[in-house]
Amino acid sequence: MDLAKSMMIILLTGILTDNFVLSKFLGICPFLGVSKTSSGSLGMGCAVTAVMVCATAATYPLYHFFLVPMHLEYLNTILFILIIALFVQMIEMVLKKYIPALYKSLGVYLPLITTNCAVLGVTLLNIDNGYNFLESIINALGAGLGFMIAMLIFSGVRGRLERCNVPKAFAGMPITLVAASIVSLSFVGFGGLVDGLFGGA
Amino acid sequence: MSYLKEFTKGLVKENPTLVTLLGMCPTLAITTMASNAIGMGAAATFVLICSNVAISLLKKFIPKQVRLPSYIVVIAGFVTLISLILQAFVPAVYDALGIYLPLITVNCIILGRAEMFASKNNVAASALDGAGMGIGFTLALLAVGSIREILGSGTWFGLPLIPEAAQEAIKPMTIFVLPAGGFFVLGCVIALVNKIANRKPPEATGCAACPNRESCISVEKAESTVENTKKEENK
Repeated sequence: MDLAKSMMIILLTGILTDNFVLSKFLGICPFLGVSKTSSGSLGMGCAVTAVMVCATAATYPLYHFFLVPMHLEYLNTILFILIIALFVQMIEMVLKKYIPALYKSLGVYLPLITTNCAVLGVTLLNIDNGYNFLESIINALGAGLGFMIAMLIFSGVRGRLERCNVPKAFAGMPITLVAASIVSLSFVGFGGLVDGLFGGA
Repeated sequence: MSYLKEFTKGLVKENPTLVTLLGMCPTLAITTMASNAIGMGAAATFVLICSNVAISLLKKFIPKQVRLPSYIVVIAGFVTLISLILQAFVPAVYDALGIYLPLITVNCIILGRAEMFASKNNVAASALDGAGMGIGFTLALLAVGSIREILGSGTWFGLPLIPEAAQEAIKPMTIFVLPAGGFFVLGCVIALVNKIANRKPPEATGCAACPNRESCISVEKAESTVENTKKEENK
């Protein structure tokens, strides 16, 4: 019961209160670049979630059973980015060969993920926070789902924004950022939600 | 003369953050205080100069197909170096930057300059380009950081700006140090730059210099073909 409770806390924190995009500013580039349509947001969100979970599953044992015994902890950034690049390439190849239908819908997003700071960020944060293996996986899942939710909500906002008449200087990126600010403000409302639900554990 | 141009173009005309709109993540995340902006800017400038020089030297040896992973490894090496230096000599900055320090590795400015400039130009020009872009990035961070710190905490570089007598009456607006304030201030600063420069509005994102440009375009193309096929099916 306690295990389930702590897992739920990590998951909900990742999705709502500490949303990766809106409160940690990780993965802003795809958030602003690919969120023009809801189908694109969903595809990118799925791809990012999958890569996050796989990358965490691969980096956690490597860090704890390879880098720590060798006293090479400071090499984690280099190792993790290589693992992520490798994974993205591998997922792309596997999908292309065995599930071409999925590759057709997700494949285009994969090259964008290597340089997505949310993926590297989640693997590094898992180590920084001292999570165990299960907690790391749950945290990656929460971060990925939070990313997807933020992208989906924002694609709806942008759909409305496209039809608005904004001042010339604000057209394009500036008004998109101001809109993101308001969406981010709405997520502040979730603060304290997790503590409230689970009695401040 | 042309070398001077390589340096100055990054400061204003092609400012990486405010004009080409790259490297948004650190810009938004660490600009709650002006001093963090300087720390982040200095670290990124160091990595930019070093990686530009290294990649310019290695440009003949890196095979074209694996150039992006190779660049990332070079950049990650320098990021590790600067992290260790900061941790040893300025632990306060190291702690303030936290997770965003290793994330300089995936900062699009650095990869973007490697791909757009260092892989095509000689060492001296690449070093100057890196220095200019880095300082431009620092200036943009400093502008956003100053606005957010002054409005959000009533201080600048940690110095209190509101006189003690008036502290009861004038309360800083905490919203500006929250994430929402970061998006808002950056949006307004970019709008101001657009207004002053009287430029026609740029594309939604800084795609021109982004190393991911090709894949982004392929995403949009794929989406439009999906939509077109849907429309045809409806007909």
